[in-house]
Amino acid sequence: MNGTNQENARRTIERVARESYGRLLAYLSVHTHDLASAEDALSEALVSALNNWPQDGVPQNPEAWLMTAARRSLIDVIRHQRVVQASEPTVKLLKEDSMETTIAAEFPDERLKLLFVCAHPAIDPAMHTPLMLQAVLGLDAVRIAQAFLIAPKTMGQRLSRAKIKIRSGGIPFEVPQERALPERLDAVLEAIYAAFGIGWDDMVGADQRGRNLAEEALWLARVLSGLMSGEPEVQGLLALLLHCEARRPARRGPDGRYVPLSEQDPKQWSLALIEEAERHLSEAFKQGRSGRFQLEAAIQSVHAERARTGRTDWAAIALFYERLIRISHAIGTKVGYAAAVAEANGPDAGLAALKPIRREDVSDYQPYWAVRAHLLQRLGKTQEAADAYDRAIGLAEDPAVREFLLKERGVADRSHNQRRTAAL
Amino acid sequence: MQFVLMIYHTPEEFALRNNDYSDPHLGAWRAYYKALVEAGVYVAADALEVPDTGTTVRLRDGKRRVQDGPYADTKEQLAGFIILELPSVDAALEWAARCPGASIGAVEVRPLAKEALQKGFTG
Repeated sequence: MNGTNQENARRTIERVARESYGRLLAYLSVHTHDLASAEDALSEALVSALNNWPQDGVPQNPEAWLMTAARRSLIDVIRHQRVVQASEPTVKLLKEDSMETTIAAEFPDERLKLLFVCAHPAIDPAMHTPLMLQAVLGLDAVRIAQAFLIAPKTMGQRLSRAKIKIRSGGIPFEVPQERALPERLDAVLEAIYAAFGIGWDDMVGADQRGRNLAEEALWLARVLSGLMSGEPEVQGLLALLLHCEARRPARRGPDGRYVPLSEQDPKQWSLALIEEAERHLSEAFKQGRSGRFQLEAAIQSVHAERARTGRTDWAAIALFYERLIRISHAIGTKVGYAAAVAEANGPDAGLAALKPIRREDVSDYQPYWAVRAHLLQRLGKTQEAADAYDRAIGLAEDPAVREFLLKERGVADRSHNQRRTAAL
Repeated sequence: MQFVLMIYHTPEEFALRNNDYSDPHLGAWRAYYKALVEAGVYVAADALEVPDTGTTVRLRDGKRRVQDGPYADTKEQLAGFIILELPSVDAALEWAARCPGASIGAVEVRPLAKEALQKGFTG
């Protein structure tokens, strides 16, 4: 019986932590601006739940129980610190009652403010996503460090430094005013997008520098979409991530082999996710305010059409990219545009579109070389193709992508040799 | 700043050298070096012979101790190194992740203690 209780309590804590972590943390830190103390208080509350719930049973409102426990421990911490500036928020916290029964589940959802704090311009942009993952989802520094390829100790230090800045740097816990909103919202969207870490699925043999945080990114995008449903770019980002996620099962062969988008079997795509993506995208379009993420989602939406029609409308994709290029100067956009133009108008046109990109900007950008190699090979320029393949192979991180490109390069080599033999 | 990428191989990886170096294996390394050079970050690199060929020397209490094989008896052994010129450790880790050695064995990244040591050596 006790074992069952324990198991039951543990599972409930896991579920509540997962669903409520960000809501609890946002509420606990909104007045104090002190993320670190709020995190400590919340983790103490979770430990105390693990100790109490198996004996006392899981409370009727577990979230409120955790909130009360965390709040008590936070007040203790603040009292202990005897920080003068902190006394006001402490009083505020104390005034709001600490009786668990009366809190109900209706404490305000402050996560939107928290998201804007994490992506504030005063914080190093490279730390926006890690902060968000920790504050809203409760991911630990080690896990975040793995995803971002940073030594765990360094990631821990960078996170603490960012939190100190938030506590002392006068970063407001608020949703920005209308004038500043587009730019500030863009930083939030960018940070969520960075967690997803997709490469360019619509390019041949491009490395997907996966962060293995797709689930977390989708969670954040869904939270944001729930909190700001009227913002078309928010819906656009969610649609983009859903479309990419829908194709995940098709991206690998049964033997772990990398399967480029053009060779994927649409039957392996998730129709449910595609439908959900389409719903959000059409919601976004209704607002009549276009933007980067809507355009990117639209491109993925055209790809998804292949599941119905059996073909890819590359002219439509190239058109969306043309509009995208006007608002996004990312190299990835230019390379994606070139890849689409090549499919629509032939490899010559694609190479011409790659031309304006400066070499020094792509010295370590793998997708450029993968696309370039593919186009040169299609034109029969086998030596140049082999050189470009080498660059793409050398810059690939995913062993499956590396294998795929090595095979493609081998094909280029063989046709080169055949041509030479024929010439003799 | 200069960083060393120390490449550790498993016995299986070392064994590939004795048999025939399979084509993709070699091709991946060649491509990786090419990418390093073209990106302008390459300083130097070399490969080591298999661990069996190593001999370890120590002086203890004035006595010479010589031991067959590598210094530490671990499964993964140092197989080679690459020195890179890069702005930050973040960039060094990016290049380590792309190293073909990272997907089988391991790659350790460490900054060269060059500046501090040079000061020490030359006074």
